[in-house]
Amino acid sequence: MPHSDVLIVGGGPAGVAAALSLRKAGVQRVTLLDREASLGGATRHCSHSPFGMLEYGRLYFGAAYGRRLERDARAAGVEVLTGHSVASLDPDGTVEVSNAEGLARLSAERVLLSTGARETPRSARMLPGDRPVGVLTTGALQSYVAFHGLMPFRRPVILGSELVSYSAALTCLSHGARPVAMIDTHARPLARAPVTWFPHIVGVPVRAGVRIIDILGRSRVEAVRIEHQGTLETFECDGLLVTGNFVPEAALLWQAGHELNLRSGGPAVDQNGRCANPRFFAAGNLLRPIETGGWAFREGRAIGLEIARDLRNPPSDRSPVTVTHDEVVKLVVPNLLRRGQAPSPGFDRFQIRFQKPCRGRLSLEVDGRTRWHRSGTWLPERRVLVPMPDGVEGSHHIHFAFREE
Amino acid sequence: MATLSDERFDVAIIGGGVVGCAVARRFALAGAKIVLLERGTDILSGASKANSAILHTGFDAPPDSLELELVKAGREEYLAIHRDHGLHLVQTGALVCAWTELEAEKLDGIAQQGRSNGVAGLNLLTGAEARTLVPGLAQSLCAAVEVVGEHVIDPWSAPLSYITQAMALGAKVMRSCELLSGRFDGDWELETSQGLVRAGAVVNAAGLFGDVVDDRLGLTPEFSIKPRKGQFVVLDKAARSLVPKIILPVPNEITKGVVICPTAFGNVLVGPTAEEQEDRTRATVETETLEMLKEHGSRLIPALRHVPVTAIYAGLRPATEKKHYRVVSRPEKRAITLGGVRSTGLSAALGLGQHALKLYSEFGVPLAAPNEVPHVQVPNLTETEERDWQRPGHGEIVCHCEMVTRREIEAALTSPLPPGDFGGLRRRTRAGMGRCQGFYCNARLAELTKGHFVEPLAVSGRT
Ligand SMILES: Cc1cc2nc3c(=O)[nH]c(=O)nc-3n(C[C@H](O)[C@H](O)[C@H](O)COP(=O)(O)OP(=O)(O)OC[C@H]3O[C@@H](n4cnc5c(N)ncnc54)[C@H](O)[C@@H]3O)c2cc1C
Ligand SMILES: Cc1cc2nc3c(=O)[nH]c(=O)nc-3n(C[C@H](O)[C@H](O)[C@H](O)COP(=O)(O)OP(=O)(O)OC[C@H]3O[C@@H](n4cnc5c(N)ncnc54)[C@H](O)[C@@H]3O)c2cc1C
Repeated sequence: MPHSDVLIVGGGPAGVAAALSLRKAGVQRVTLLDREASLGGATRHCSHSPFGMLEYGRLYFGAAYGRRLERDARAAGVEVLTGHSVASLDPDGTVEVSNAEGLARLSAERVLLSTGARETPRSARMLPGDRPVGVLTTGALQSYVAFHGLMPFRRPVILGSELVSYSAALTCLSHGARPVAMIDTHARPLARAPVTWFPHIVGVPVRAGVRIIDILGRSRVEAVRIEHQGTLETFECDGLLVTGNFVPEAALLWQAGHELNLRSGGPAVDQNGRCANPRFFAAGNLLRPIETGGWAFREGRAIGLEIARDLRNPPSDRSPVTVTHDEVVKLVVPNLLRRGQAPSPGFDRFQIRFQKPCRGRLSLEVDGRTRWHRSGTWLPERRVLVPMPDGVEGSHHIHFAFREE
Repeated sequence: MATLSDERFDVAIIGGGVVGCAVARRFALAGAKIVLLERGTDILSGASKANSAILHTGFDAPPDSLELELVKAGREEYLAIHRDHGLHLVQTGALVCAWTELEAEKLDGIAQQGRSNGVAGLNLLTGAEARTLVPGLAQSLCAAVEVVGEHVIDPWSAPLSYITQAMALGAKVMRSCELLSGRFDGDWELETSQGLVRAGAVVNAAGLFGDVVDDRLGLTPEFSIKPRKGQFVVLDKAARSLVPKIILPVPNEITKGVVICPTAFGNVLVGPTAEEQEDRTRATVETETLEMLKEHGSRLIPALRHVPVTAIYAGLRPATEKKHYRVVSRPEKRAITLGGVRSTGLSAALGLGQHALKLYSEFGVPLAAPNEVPHVQVPNLTETEERDWQRPGHGEIVCHCEMVTRREIEAALTSPLPPGDFGGLRRRTRAGMGRCQGFYCNARLAELTKGHFVEPLAVSGRT
């Protein structure tokens, strides 16, 4: 007999919300696995940003939000297994888990993957230079501060212009580190004003549209050299903070040979959050980097309901249609549609991101007919939502087209 | 200058690369009292920290060369001892791939050369046959030579086990200890950054500084080092099933060329380049080159295109103006130089150890009776064998990408030769080496390693 009705891998907002809604829908055996010692996922170390306004009607900071999630999950009768690291997934819904007692295999009727997202490190960005100590991501910096009361540097250069980049600068300043500069490869910041005014207000030099030429340092970072508008500039520093550029934490899926959405880096899912392998579902930032904690929570809650519904039948045997898109569109979620399953609160809208800034007309073509369109200026890392037209799941060709204007 | 101690050593080894570690082991087993001086904050600070990790057969080594002899001897000894040391062998085999008709014409000669080098298991394959062995290879493959005996090993645990065995026999390892000069008057008096060291003989295994160290010892260097950089891209473990064998190019005169190589740790590397440079210490990576390597890998094995990059690195080969090893013995000075061990040192290290001992025996200075072989086992880091996270009681998994446990990290920090820096910890445990490069674990590692490293991860406590 399977260990559970539903196994959930990842106890961030998405995984916990799914567990709660599964229990609420009457599913008996819900098991939530997380490899960390406590629930909350990435919110545990985000000590600046408040969470929980929409789901709980009050604000929680950092780890307190995770504790609230954990309390609620336990109170709802969810089997919470922290310190349990999922090492591999079998196609039949069995997962291999390592915990302090060793290895175990757990199986379930359905498995929900909600392993979140992380930042792209220096290596995957192929940044040049030496490879000394002191090159970190924001997630790592926040963990130094939030969990250990440590700092990895005093005078970092910060790379990036996403919301998280400014949050990183704030973390530095409130913990005795002084950013030497904020630099970014994009010509204009990815975040919106007024956040982007922040470095100017606190007097941190800003350089946009740069190229990193060199990272110098024998054992620890000593300097970062950039090219900026045709001139070279060197910032002496003791660290480089590489921020943002999130990617889904999809290692388990790669290993298990799951069908991936190569553009999002996460699993391909249908309108119910169901993967190509119909025993598996996915929700939260694993689907697409990156949304807020509140978004992940709501997504998890909706997919949890979908799973509860899906459990009443054997796993779907319908083969999905893949949603296609033009090149400037970076990703579409969901990017699969299964026939005969009306869109439901799982996803009633397509989530879209653009590859680069552009102006033009985005349209949704369904079996050769334009079912939706909008013209405008589109920026990367901004959320675009397109309502799913009625009956879209029964069609053969679903394509997002773009025409420059 | 202060004398470090009244101890006199039979042999001082300069350099804690893979060669120095293997030499230390061989001499210690032979009964010698050894000191090893390493300038870096940990062993493997030079060429040995970054290589392709192939245990070569010697099929493409220069015929009748010392290099060929020592690669074969080194490989044989590795095969004989690796299980006892807790080391492993990933028996991948290699394919020398010809992508043009012109290259294909050279394959026959490569196979013949390999056979006359005494290497068995060389098979000429058509493109189609080769693709049955590695189905991911691009259609354009013309033909290949299979080299069954080319294997992949863990390049860091091997030297660690050699030096650990030497230490179990009393060898002394001094890190952050640079050789500055030396005087020979029947005995060697070595001036180091930590004081004077006395020894009966010296072995120069200083890799990229082989010529400099000879000069500092007052031995006229017979070669000069011309560092040759090799950059690598390490692809995610998702690539491993696509690359069951080492994919070699048809070599040219200058280099073995860019290889697509599975690692013992379950990922895939593409590299190295071969770039001459003056600087002996800076091994930088360059964006364009890394992109070129990624592109190269994706051309040969198209499915690699979508696999994310896990890590990037570069190493410097201690090349010289000539292709061959530069081994010099000076019996009148009781000095042996193992120089120019350019691109096969991981494979030949144990062979170089044997060779150095043979040269030493010609000095006519007998050593004490050979020691019993102490039992030394390094922890397994390879994916082909059971890892610590699969066993009970590991405490917690600290590095999630490489599945490194707290027990493994604590064991490394309390081992006979604990890591002197973060790189050393990474090489001993793989912590922080995975796809997230510390997003999840770097802070925890900073906490666990407080007080252990010359350059700590955290700069200070709470502010
Ligand atoms: C640096 C940073 C800054 C952020 N700042 C903000 C902000 O200011 N405001 C905001 O609203 N949001 C912010 N976010 C985003 C917010 O934290 C996320 O949207 C939210 O946490 C996503 O929830 P999730 O459940 O999808 O994934 P996560 O919260 O990432 O949770 C994933 C969980 O999966 C677990 N897991 C992964 N793999 C395995 C495995 N193999 N086995 C077992 N468990 C596993 C992890 O331990 C983790 O607990 C930030 C995120 C980061 C990383
Ligand atoms: C890109 C690349 C790929 C390779 N691939 C392979 C492969 O697949 N298979 C294989 O068999 N080989 C391979 N090699 C070759 C192998 O790595 C080298 O041959 C080997 O590492 C040389 O070791 P070494 O001990 O001679 O030198 P090093 O590792 O450089 O060791 C010398 C040590 O001496 C120390 N030192 C220097 N000066 C002083 C001083 N004054 N005082 C004290 N200490 C000093 C240095 O800090 C250093 O640690 C590769 C090499 C490179 C660069």
